[in-house]
Amino acid sequence: MARLIKTEKEVEGRYTEQWIVVDEDALDQWPEGPLEVVGREVPRIDGHDRARGLAGYTADVRLPGLLQAAVLRSPHARARVKSIDLSPALAADGVRAAVGPDDIEGLTDEPAYMGAAVAAVAADTFGAARAAIDLIDVEWEELEPLLDPDEAVKQGSLLDESVTYERGDFERGLAEADAVVEAEYRTQVVLHNSLETHQSIAHWEDGGLTIYISTQYIWGVRAAVAKQTGLPEDKVRVICLAMGGGFGSKNSPGDYTPIAIELAKRTGQPVRCALTRREENVAAGNRNATIQRITAAARADGTLTALGGEFVNAIGFSGWSSSTEGPMQMLYACENMRTVKHSAKLNLPPMAAFRAPGFVEGTFGLECLLDELAAKLDIDPLELRRRNYADSDRMDERPFSSKQLAECYRRAEPHWQRRNEVRASSSGPWKRGVGLASQIWYGGGGPPSYAWVRVGSNGHAQVVTAMQDIGTGSRTAMAQIAAEELGIPVDHVHVSLGDSARGPYATLSAGSSTIPSMGPATRSAAADAKRQILEIAAQRFNLEERVLDLKGGKIVSADGGAWELTEITGLLEDAQILGNGARGPNPTGMRVLTFGVQVAEVAVDVETGEVRVDKIVAIHDVGRVINALGASSQVEGGIIQGLGHTLSEERLVDPHTGRVLTQSLDAYKLPTIADVPEIVTDLVDVPDPHLTNLGAKGLGEPPIIPVAAAVANAIRDATGADVRSLPISREEMLKALREAEAKKRVPVGTASS
Amino acid sequence: MIELEVNGQRYELEAQVGRSLADVLRDDLGLIGTKVACGEGHCGACTVQLDGVPVLSCITLVHTVGPRRVTTIEGLRDHPLVDAFVAADALQCGFCTPGQIVTASALVAANPSPSKDEIRHAMAGNLCRCGTYPKIEEAISSWQG
Repeated sequence: MARLIKTEKEVEGRYTEQWIVVDEDALDQWPEGPLEVVGREVPRIDGHDRARGLAGYTADVRLPGLLQAAVLRSPHARARVKSIDLSPALAADGVRAAVGPDDIEGLTDEPAYMGAAVAAVAADTFGAARAAIDLIDVEWEELEPLLDPDEAVKQGSLLDESVTYERGDFERGLAEADAVVEAEYRTQVVLHNSLETHQSIAHWEDGGLTIYISTQYIWGVRAAVAKQTGLPEDKVRVICLAMGGGFGSKNSPGDYTPIAIELAKRTGQPVRCALTRREENVAAGNRNATIQRITAAARADGTLTALGGEFVNAIGFSGWSSSTEGPMQMLYACENMRTVKHSAKLNLPPMAAFRAPGFVEGTFGLECLLDELAAKLDIDPLELRRRNYADSDRMDERPFSSKQLAECYRRAEPHWQRRNEVRASSSGPWKRGVGLASQIWYGGGGPPSYAWVRVGSNGHAQVVTAMQDIGTGSRTAMAQIAAEELGIPVDHVHVSLGDSARGPYATLSAGSSTIPSMGPATRSAAADAKRQILEIAAQRFNLEERVLDLKGGKIVSADGGAWELTEITGLLEDAQILGNGARGPNPTGMRVLTFGVQVAEVAVDVETGEVRVDKIVAIHDVGRVINALGASSQVEGGIIQGLGHTLSEERLVDPHTGRVLTQSLDAYKLPTIADVPEIVTDLVDVPDPHLTNLGAKGLGEPPIIPVAAAVANAIRDATGADVRSLPISREEMLKALREAEAKKRVPVGTASS
Repeated sequence: MIELEVNGQRYELEAQVGRSLADVLRDDLGLIGTKVACGEGHCGACTVQLDGVPVLSCITLVHTVGPRRVTTIEGLRDHPLVDAFVAADALQCGFCTPGQIVTASALVAANPSPSKDEIRHAMAGNLCRCGTYPKIEEAISSWQG
């Protein structure tokens, strides 16, 4: 029965309270461990299409009469448009329409960051559109930009009010400590750089509007477009069949969708508005920079007595303020805490969620500081973490629905024990060391989310739901789950997704929520179909329903009878069995989180500052694993993105003008295949007994979280140098080595910090 | 009027001077398997082969192709590397994958059993933001021409 409840909904660590109608989750979880299909290594079911270039991305959609848009973006970090004349652009060859700041929301005459959209044109070709943009006559009044985050906090230029969190007595915790460490950690701005740039096509047709868009949230785009246009939601159809990466940056319609909609309306033709790579590096969102001035205090036995600090999120002109202080608040059982977070609003491009926003940054600070503390106390860093293990959530004293971090630590032990051997392998200027860092994050998903399963006369099943597969393999995971429940081979299951007109509401693919939200809905739909098949079979074979089951593509009975599934479904000719499924509620009064630990082995050339990561072992607890193959790919992908964040990636801005300097992929350094270390993936794979009919949590984000801290801690182990600022360029590494040298030369007792 | 030989088919077409091979393949010939991700020769997504040599089609002017044979992913759909990539899970979002396979197929044609370093050298110009690199290395290593 449907039940109306008021519940907390969590996305990327942001909680909102809302009314939700949930269906009771009547299914028992499957037994632990790999099953027939679930938990096994299954190659992606759409792999051949993608590999052969047959998958239809938004970038590949071709419609008759399709026009191309180009956008005039502010070259200035802060300016006023004194005058703008679109008419030279409108008069150019091939141009069909132009819009300026007065025409739609999203175009502005007061750009507050470089890349803010000011005007746009639609033309027959993209070349003609770009050329026309240059003809727009604009008179800019340049204004002084605000670029320094500390200055912004001082001036009160804040995106949100500052947030203070306290528990226990922070000062008393400091007073009780035998050792206190304080340090300032900094993280840089990094860019998502999905290979398919942000883009959409707007097509007014059939009295409504169809939007083809590269998105992580079909239903969010549908709601936003309906609001923008005043159309009823069911007149807006949003399609994303294949998607070329998002990493958090594609949760909303952006500025390009409203632009395409208005230009399509004015021309009566479909319009594509696609960002170029250079626009992507400026105006498509970013992981904001942070400053973390943090303190950790402990007794001689390693018990943490206080944790705290001031966190400045340097957010850009818009976005939201993620929980950089979250790992400090949640990871350890520390009684006394005080964190203050400031959200600096700057004349820089907007922040957008990027794979575990806040926690990637905050974990770098916290987990490095903990190793500084371990060194001061002369305690093994892994042991220090064990001594401060949290048995319940310290934010609101709720029990964890499941937590296998201790098991992760146990499995990390042999890799951690290699550090004497690794250190001893140092030779010449190459110093080697081992470091580790823990991970905590959300990833429990939640309702509402729905799926349908239909079974035809051939005994094959189709999962129908309007979710999106952003490249994580969620399509394959749904096929596995339906196949498992129906007892049929995975290649007898097809999955229809990516179209709001074909299937029920599905969650956004962000916050590691697709599998924990959609997986249980799909299983529930498959179980509904299975129940109906068994009811029909019971009547056909004059048996009791309870003695029947579906296994290996057959209907089997407890007394050993077996019939091909098609003996029942085949009776139905064109009729179909239709199963309906919904995601049940999250466990009441419990905190659903993911955990893990990573161990890094690095080599540092102390003469050149070159850092080479040789190996990363990633051990994570994400509940039940659905696809062992896809899961290892997610872990590797997260670690490789993490290594870019740690070592090479940085969006650079001119400190005087606020102009973005790294706009192309030769300037912005993404990792290549040559940068990849050995990666060992080890997933605990124990279902969360309290979470849904699957016990599965999300895996998209956890693996990127501890990478930077594990690498920086390994660097400290190798060289004694504290790197406290990302990325760890050669310059940064050499600076840290010089500081470590200088510290060594100061006699003990006279050091100022 | 220019002539192009693409995947064994001859085409005659009108193309304005200055257009890239990638745009002509995608927009005039409908061969959308070739992806354009940066449009300035930095990422490798648009890789095609000219006489078996990988080139970046987004910065190759179509008028400079001449009589060289163009091979795109559409001409490599039955290449055994496609199965090897899928079996190893060497793709996630898949946007870079056609370019990866075009580059990799040129590598194994020239060097049927490349070493790890040779694979990394040959593939270093093909970026993958999802981070499928370990599986790409595995797919190419596992395939015995």
